[in-house]
Amino acid sequence: MYRRHFVRTLPLAALAAMAILCATSHGLAQFPYNAPSATSAFSIPESQLIQPEALNRLLLAGGPDKPMVFQVGSHLMFAEAHIAGSVFAGSGSQPAGLQLLAGKVAAINKKKLIVLYCGCCPWNRCPNVGPAYKQLRDLGFMNVKVLYLVNNFGDDWVNKGYRVEHGQ
Amino acid sequence: MSMGNNLARNKMNAMSSRRYRSLRLRAWLFLCLLLGAGGMRAAPAADSLLLKQAPSFVRKDLSGHRVDLSAYRGKVVVLNFWATWCAPCQLEMPRFASWQKQYGPHGLQILGVSMDDDAAAARKACGKLQVNYPVVMGDERLGTLYGGILGLPVTYLIDRHGRIRAKFKGETDLKVMENRIKELLDTR
Repeated sequence: MYRRHFVRTLPLAALAAMAILCATSHGLAQFPYNAPSATSAFSIPESQLIQPEALNRLLLAGGPDKPMVFQVGSHLMFAEAHIAGSVFAGSGSQPAGLQLLAGKVAAINKKKLIVLYCGCCPWNRCPNVGPAYKQLRDLGFMNVKVLYLVNNFGDDWVNKGYRVEHGQ
Repeated sequence: MSMGNNLARNKMNAMSSRRYRSLRLRAWLFLCLLLGAGGMRAAPAADSLLLKQAPSFVRKDLSGHRVDLSAYRGKVVVLNFWATWCAPCQLEMPRFASWQKQYGPHGLQILGVSMDDDAAAARKACGKLQVNYPVVMGDERLGTLYGGILGLPVTYLIDRHGRIRAKFKGETDLKVMENRIKELLDTR
C-alpha cells in the first residue's frame, strides 16, 4: 500500500521539480526578443555560421585545424572577457575597425580557417559581424566562419563554461 | 496461534513502514539534489547580485560632473548599461528620458553607463537621443563589478535602500520594467 502511494506521488514530485526548474531558469525579469529585423548579421550565409559548441571543440582539439579567432566588437567588452586565444580586431561597424581587421589578417594564409565573433547584442541586432565578414571575403579569405551567438557573448559562451581570458 | 499471527503481521507492517520511509527519504533527497542543480543553472554570476547592495562607484559624467551611486540612496535608481552601436539600447533611451521627466519628482533617478570605447561617440548619441540624465563611461572594472556586462543592453533596478531588485537583459518589454519601477517608487 505504501509503495503504491509512493509510486503515485513520485511522478507528481518530479513534475513539481521540473516546473520549479523552468521557473528558476527564467526567473529574471527578461522578455522574449522582438521579431528579427533585417540587419547585417543576416547577410552572412547560414553555411558560414559556426555554433559555440563546435568552435569550442575545434579550439580544444588544437593542431593545424585550430582556427584564428577575431573579436570584431567593443574593445571594452573584449577586455572584460574574450575567447581564450582570440585577438581584438576592431569594431566591424566602424571604418577604423575594418581597417584594423585588414591589418590583423594581412599575414594570414587565405585558406586558413578564420572565425569572427562579437556577441555585443542579440544576433538579430549585431552591427559588427556582417561588415567584418564581408571585409574578409572581399580580401579573398575563403574559409571564414562567424560564431553564432544568439543572445550575447555572456550567455552563449561565458555562461556555458567555455574558456575565456580577461584583459587587453 | 492467533497471537503469533498478529505478531508476524505487525512485524511485516513495521518493515514495510520502514522501507516506505526510506524510499520517501531517498525521493526527497533526489528532489533536493534536482532543485539544487536547477538553482545553480539558473544563477549565472550576474544574477547573484539580486537583492544585494548595488556595487558602489564614483565616476565623472559626460559633462564632467561627479556621479556617486551611493549619493542616490533614498531614490529608486535605474542603472542602464548601453552603447552607441547597440540598437536595442537606443530604442530604450528615449523612454528612460521620459521616465526621468515623469517619475523624477517621485524619486526616480536614471543613470547611464556607456560601454563605448570612445566618449565622443557616447556624447554625440546622448545629444541626438536627448538624454536628460547623467551618463558615465564604463570600463572593464565597472563591468566586472556588475557581474560582467557581456551583452547589451543590461539594466538594473535599485531600490531606495541601494539594493538590486531586478535585472533586465537584451530587448525588454519596457511596460514590465515601468511597472517594476512604479512598485519600487511606491515602496518606502
